[in-house]
Amino acid sequence: MERSEVFERLNEIFRDVFDDENITVTEETTSSDIEDWDSLTHITLISEIEDEFDMKFAMKEVVGMKNVGEMVDIIIRES
Amino acid sequence: MDFIQLKKNCKKDASGLPSYRLALLGDCATQHLAMALKGQAYEEGIKLEVFDADYNQIVAQTLDPSSELYAFAPQAVVLCLCTEKLYESFCDSSDRAAFAEQTYRKIVGYWEAINSRISVSVLQYTYVETDDRVFGNYALKEETSFFAQLKKLNYLLAEGMRSHKNVYPVDVDSIERRLGRARFHDDKLYAIAKMPFSLEALPVIASETIGIVKALMGRFKKCVVLDLDNTLWGGVIGDDGMDGIELGELGQGHAFTDLQRWLKELKNRGIILCVCSKNNEATAKEPFENHPDMVLRLDDISMFVANWEDKATNIKTIQKTINIGMDSIVFLDDNPFERNLVKGMIPEITVPDLPEDPADYLSYLKGLNLFETTSFSSEDKDRTKQYQAEIGRAMLEQQFASFDDYLAGLEMVAEAKPFDAFHYPRIAQLTQRSNQFNLRTVRYTEAEIEEIANDEKYLTLYFTLKDKFGDHGLISVVILEKREKELFVHEWLMSCRVLKRGMEEFIVNKIMETAFANGYETVVGEYLKTPKNAMVEKIYARLGFVDRGDNTFTATKETFVPNKTLIKE
Repeated sequence: MERSEVFERLNEIFRDVFDDENITVTEETTSSDIEDWDSLTHITLISEIEDEFDMKFAMKEVVGMKNVGEMVDIIIRES
Repeated sequence: MDFIQLKKNCKKDASGLPSYRLALLGDCATQHLAMALKGQAYEEGIKLEVFDADYNQIVAQTLDPSSELYAFAPQAVVLCLCTEKLYESFCDSSDRAAFAEQTYRKIVGYWEAINSRISVSVLQYTYVETDDRVFGNYALKEETSFFAQLKKLNYLLAEGMRSHKNVYPVDVDSIERRLGRARFHDDKLYAIAKMPFSLEALPVIASETIGIVKALMGRFKKCVVLDLDNTLWGGVIGDDGMDGIELGELGQGHAFTDLQRWLKELKNRGIILCVCSKNNEATAKEPFENHPDMVLRLDDISMFVANWEDKATNIKTIQKTINIGMDSIVFLDDNPFERNLVKGMIPEITVPDLPEDPADYLSYLKGLNLFETTSFSSEDKDRTKQYQAEIGRAMLEQQFASFDDYLAGLEMVAEAKPFDAFHYPRIAQLTQRSNQFNLRTVRYTEAEIEEIANDEKYLTLYFTLKDKFGDHGLISVVILEKREKELFVHEWLMSCRVLKRGMEEFIVNKIMETAFANGYETVVGEYLKTPKNAMVEKIYARLGFVDRGDNTFTATKETFVPNKTLIKE
């Protein structure tokens, strides 16, 4: 899967989960860049991404991902 | 409805919707569940206010009288207990054969602690029955295994609820079985966040929970209106004839017989069955009378309408005759055209989109879980008979010259008595079911009715009515509150089955008699408006009370003239 395609689909999910049409994520986006991105929404986000890409994150990835770029690496590797 | 949609619902404006206060206590992370419950309630037209207690605070919240739980003043409390946490305490326990019993007593302790301080409904989630596989299949046979104790605990909880009237089960375990373990639970989410349910499971759990909340609010189904051809049997009776319709061994017959058997079980539970069919009446009735493989017979059907009118008109006639809310009716028809017509003409009615293959009808209907209830009393079984008698009365009415002649011909006898233990279940149920003839629409649970019956502050009356067609049973409830100088009608409701026969008059006369006998000279009644009770807006004024203009009404010993009624005592 192309990296750009992953970003495109990820953006949709982020907008849906945070209920904000103006969100655009990049390689460097972290949880501190999005106001509502707390541990609770993180769980929602992870579940939605797993659903969309039909893959599973490992537990250590869920708690260890540093930015959206890393998230995309995992999605490309696992799906 | 997926979780994200429910989450979005939480932000929508719910003001104007009827509200309900729900507290959520769990030994796991419940924040996502709280969102799902709130979002689902919005879907059902309820503004849910949720108090979501902090993680694992059940003991503190239930035992401390000054806790946030009691300050919140909920109408219901959800106890969400998870098997993962249970397993930890099982592993720590020394007396494993007694583990279920001990845990059960702890949980009953929560119920009783809550109910000793506030009178609320408790919605107890069942434990999901997942085995630790330590004993393999042998676990079922081994008393000290986790699985054996877990199953026993769920059983004990169910049994315990029979004597704790305010506690209702939410069978989360059966949801897990339906969805399957992999969809219901995500190990990672529990390990990281102590979440026992996946995001996929949450909307289902929320829907079942809110279904019970709706029933507690008096919103549940009371009647199923049935099409005949290709719904109750295969084929068209008018074309295929008695030998041609598929029932029993013939063709796809078993699917229809199974559906009928299930409908008959619903009838025995107290759901009214009616027929609405485009047919000649005699043709439509023949299978009910003579077909050997019909499960449903004419005496299972409260009202039988077969003609060539459109179905929406016929359903409206049925609804008016049996006198229940349109939103408590389910209409079953195999024909999408008829379904759409009825949906379009009557938006409040529930019309399941039956699958094309009759083999799938029953599973589909079971899946909708339309018949949630929070009570069952012995009178429910006789409901069909009562409605049939009702329609007999409607026929008699047409034969009499005047309405009074008709009423006199009914030979009505009523009785009025203070609440007694035998009738608590029926009284509580009536307070939950009655929407139209209900002056203040206060819902009571059985335990609350018992409290009021034993409380010196109140005088209570229930009314029964019978006539020559049959016994209506307990049809009206009055709760009178003793105030300093007056008697206040705290609640008055009546089943609409007995409307306009002089029962209202009889009851008001009895209220006044009771007041005078207890030394009160003034009685005050109040009308609290709901979307459904407009019919009683001016009832006090009509029955001899003075309208004070603020929805309260008063009658005194000096001015009250007993109302005329043909009901004898």
